[in-house]
Amino acid sequence: MSDIATNGLRYVTPNGGTGLTLVPRTDEKQTLKDFKSDQEVRWCPGCGDYAILAAVQGFLPELGLRRENIVFVSGIGCSSRFPYYLNTYGFHSIHGRAPAIATGLAASRPDLSVWVITGDGDALSIGGNHLIHALRRNVNLNILLFNNRIYGLTKGQYSPTSEVGKITKSTPMGSLDRPFNPISLALGAEASFVARTLDSDRKHLQSVLREAAAHRGASLVEIYQNCNIFNDGAFDQMKDPALRDDITLRLEHGLPIVSASKAVRRAANGGIEVVDRASVAEDEILVHDAHNPDPSVAFALSRLDEPAFEHVPLGIFRSVDRPAYDTLMAEQLKEAEGTRGPGVLGDLLHGGDTWRVG
Amino acid sequence: MTKQVQQLDRVIIRFAGDSGDGMQLTGDRFTAETAEFGNDVSTLPNFPAEIRAPAGTLPGVSSFQLHFADHDILTPGDAPNVLVAMNPAALKANLGDLPRGADMIVNTDEFTKRNLQKVGYAASPVDDGSLAEWRVHAVPLTSLTVKALEGFDISKKDAERAKNMFALGLLSWLYHRPTEATVKFLQGKFAKKPDIARANIAAFQAGWNYGETTESFSVSYEIKPASLTPGVYRNISGNQALAYGLIAASVQSELPLFLGSYPITPASDILHELSKHKRFGIRTFQAEDEIAGVGAALGAAFGGALGVTTTSGPGVALKAETVGLAVTTELPLIVVDVQRAGPSTGMPTKTEQTDLLMALYGRNGESPVPVIAPATPSDCFAAALEAARIAVKYRTPVMLLSDGYLANGSEPWRLPEIDDLPDLRVEFTTQPNGDDGETYLPFKRDPRTLARPWAVPGTPGLEHRIGGIEKADGSGNISYDPDNHDLMVRLRQGKIDGIARDIPALEVDDPDRDARVLVLGWGSTYGPIAAAVRRVRRAGGKVAQAHLRHLNPLPANTGEVLRSYDKVLLPEINLGQLALLLRARFLVDIISYNRVRGLPFKAEELAGVIQDVIDSE
Ligand SMILES: Cc1ncc(C[n+]2csc(CCOP(=O)(O)OP(=O)(O)O)c2C)c(N)n1
Ligand code: SF4
Ligand SMILES: [Mg+2]
Repeated sequence: MSDIATNGLRYVTPNGGTGLTLVPRTDEKQTLKDFKSDQEVRWCPGCGDYAILAAVQGFLPELGLRRENIVFVSGIGCSSRFPYYLNTYGFHSIHGRAPAIATGLAASRPDLSVWVITGDGDALSIGGNHLIHALRRNVNLNILLFNNRIYGLTKGQYSPTSEVGKITKSTPMGSLDRPFNPISLALGAEASFVARTLDSDRKHLQSVLREAAAHRGASLVEIYQNCNIFNDGAFDQMKDPALRDDITLRLEHGLPIVSASKAVRRAANGGIEVVDRASVAEDEILVHDAHNPDPSVAFALSRLDEPAFEHVPLGIFRSVDRPAYDTLMAEQLKEAEGTRGPGVLGDLLHGGDTWRVG
Repeated sequence: MTKQVQQLDRVIIRFAGDSGDGMQLTGDRFTAETAEFGNDVSTLPNFPAEIRAPAGTLPGVSSFQLHFADHDILTPGDAPNVLVAMNPAALKANLGDLPRGADMIVNTDEFTKRNLQKVGYAASPVDDGSLAEWRVHAVPLTSLTVKALEGFDISKKDAERAKNMFALGLLSWLYHRPTEATVKFLQGKFAKKPDIARANIAAFQAGWNYGETTESFSVSYEIKPASLTPGVYRNISGNQALAYGLIAASVQSELPLFLGSYPITPASDILHELSKHKRFGIRTFQAEDEIAGVGAALGAAFGGALGVTTTSGPGVALKAETVGLAVTTELPLIVVDVQRAGPSTGMPTKTEQTDLLMALYGRNGESPVPVIAPATPSDCFAAALEAARIAVKYRTPVMLLSDGYLANGSEPWRLPEIDDLPDLRVEFTTQPNGDDGETYLPFKRDPRTLARPWAVPGTPGLEHRIGGIEKADGSGNISYDPDNHDLMVRLRQGKIDGIARDIPALEVDDPDRDARVLVLGWGSTYGPIAAAVRRVRRAGGKVAQAHLRHLNPLPANTGEVLRSYDKVLLPEINLGQLALLLRARFLVDIISYNRVRGLPFKAEELAGVIQDVIDSE
């Protein structure tokens, strides 16, 4: 316990790393198998969650982190079963609360790589409040939002990302409420890292995870995920070889924002618009700046997939540097200790007006 | 003019005024002077929930009562001997509590036509003879203060504002209080505004001099120091003691404290206090709501911190699902409920004991949690340490039931020796515990305590998953097996029940061992019950007293104690919640006494109730 005086945590992980060193690394070679737990995976055959699991298991070894310093925290939903299938530390919590639980963990243990697994209902209905606050605080979390635009686990009610008019068991005449766009919501909450990817595109998914993991602070990654039981084909246009290259607007920092046939440019009304790629000069096309401190262009990009999925931006909308919550918290502890020295219990109790009897 | 000095053994003073009149500060200072002088003292602040109700109205009245004596006392007193009324509203709101013959000091400057009208007085009661049964000291406090501060470079408003210090000075003279500490306090408080500091000190001294010279006070009073147990003392409120207890628990357990909290009356001061002590490595997190507060605390506990959440009843309702998660994941967690009058928003600044059943049963499923209730403001320190001890040792959420009366009330606290504090250190599990020497079984229990191991993230080789779904005994894998569920339900219950072996027996105070009536209590009713028991005994009545600190599990001898008396009387500030439990569990015909007025019991009232029960024998 030699770190008591220096880091204000009085907490040393059993492997000797202190609470203020960042996540410890390993030199041991890791493979996908190291991250598979012994639990049987229980999603419906064909569910998009399988692809995401395989992509994550395949990606984690490249981080080179000690497995014991990785934690997956989830809420409730089909997607939230995820932690059971990974051989890391895991906490399958309650509906909507994973960002709050993970906030306590990440804020008090900067030596951990903390991942939140959540669904569209989990993150945006019951847990909406926790999500926006974790994002605005910039807690050092990687939040993977599995968006299948439906409640899977409760057997197919519409969700806060379902399109208006969705016919489900709870909305036989069609749903009435406008959906959230998770990217717009996250940008509105001042998230410092916001991205979107697709369950079936392993390469893209892993490239986004790589950036999310490297980002210090809260990263929100929306993953379009097919629920083949209750909302099959929700993202089929994006997977259809005949359509996908035209629909998908790739967001890559420093490159023009285009699909095979479309391009994004500044519109006369001050916003942005999608036009026929052949109709614009190359230098008219908007070049993506993920690091722009002003989120308004990223927000405009997030609105492009409305209303009918004719074109969908995929990639990192925004990635800006902002101090992470745990860093700021630890700095305050250090500052308090630095100016007045570490706390001494006896002095605390004897502080204030005391008097002696007898 | 020589003045007479009279000896008293105890006095109850109530300062009452408008919310903006600084009555809480005045009361705090008088308390500090009194504690320093060596009297025993107990206080009861009473303030409106509104921050600034319209000036001069009844809802805007704020008061501070303190009871001090030359012997040890147990309550802030039933009825004041002296009322300081800063305006007509304060007089009207408090007159009903003032026994005939008591003194009152009235700030006549505020008895203007307009102020009188605001509270429905047609004429000034000071002049119309309606106060003839009290000893009224009519003092123009405001104008005397302004006059005393002539020549000071401050506004008239600031001068008027110092009238509370004039009143404090007068009362300090009247009861022979030491004054140096208050002068020092004012210098510190207004360090950045030296003119205001000087003016307040001058007003304070002018109040004292006024007492010495005026003819309206011909007698002053002396109350000898009390003979308290030797030691070093400080005055402390329940919320502050509770916060200190949590800090002590962190130090004694060597676990960093993580507080997740959302502001709510009357619990917020614990959040405020802990936020000041970051150099103890304490992380305080003001969450977006109560659910996030407890969630973050639980997340921190998973990571090896001492997780704490502080709230009041409405917040406990919101936290219920997460507390259930803590029950089933078997992680240590301290949930502090500073109870207030409910249901719903109720009366935020008023006290009640109405959350007991919610603490015990307010969750889905069989979800047992230990429940602990402190008895006095300073006892909140030891109760917090005890809550931490049980949480950490048994890996369980613990409910700590304070209330508004304890939270804001204060009393002298004999400081404990640091060496006497319990050792709360825990060992995290760092090695596999399976029979094969390789696997880690997160739900393999300690056969003695039934606690499960606590392996925190960062521990190599012990990677495991926990969660709210039912777990298989031992391995912790998801299990829907009926027999396993039955077993786990019983194991979780058995673990909490077993804590009864690890807590002190219920002690009975029955000096001559011949009482036939037992008066039982829990939580903050300790003071009023004990004071009532004293009165009854002084009058020759035989009564035994016992007080429960552990509400779940109950001390092992509880049934035996209850059955060994002919009658058991249980006063509660609810409609009989503990009585319901004890009747069901021990089949004892408890006599309940219930008042739910948002106020503590009065000793006199309880003494009458006890006497009635004795007489009905
Ligand atoms: C407090 C609470 N309310 C409701 C539920 C029921 N419930 C479980 S999962 C779920 C919705 C899940 O939808 P989503 O987050 O989109 O996850 P998916 O199953 O689609 O992956 C609901 C309503 C619950 N478990 N807890
Ligand atoms: S219900 Fe849908 S989301 Fe859930 S496991 Fe089945 S396919 Fe996947
Ligand atoms: Mg869903």
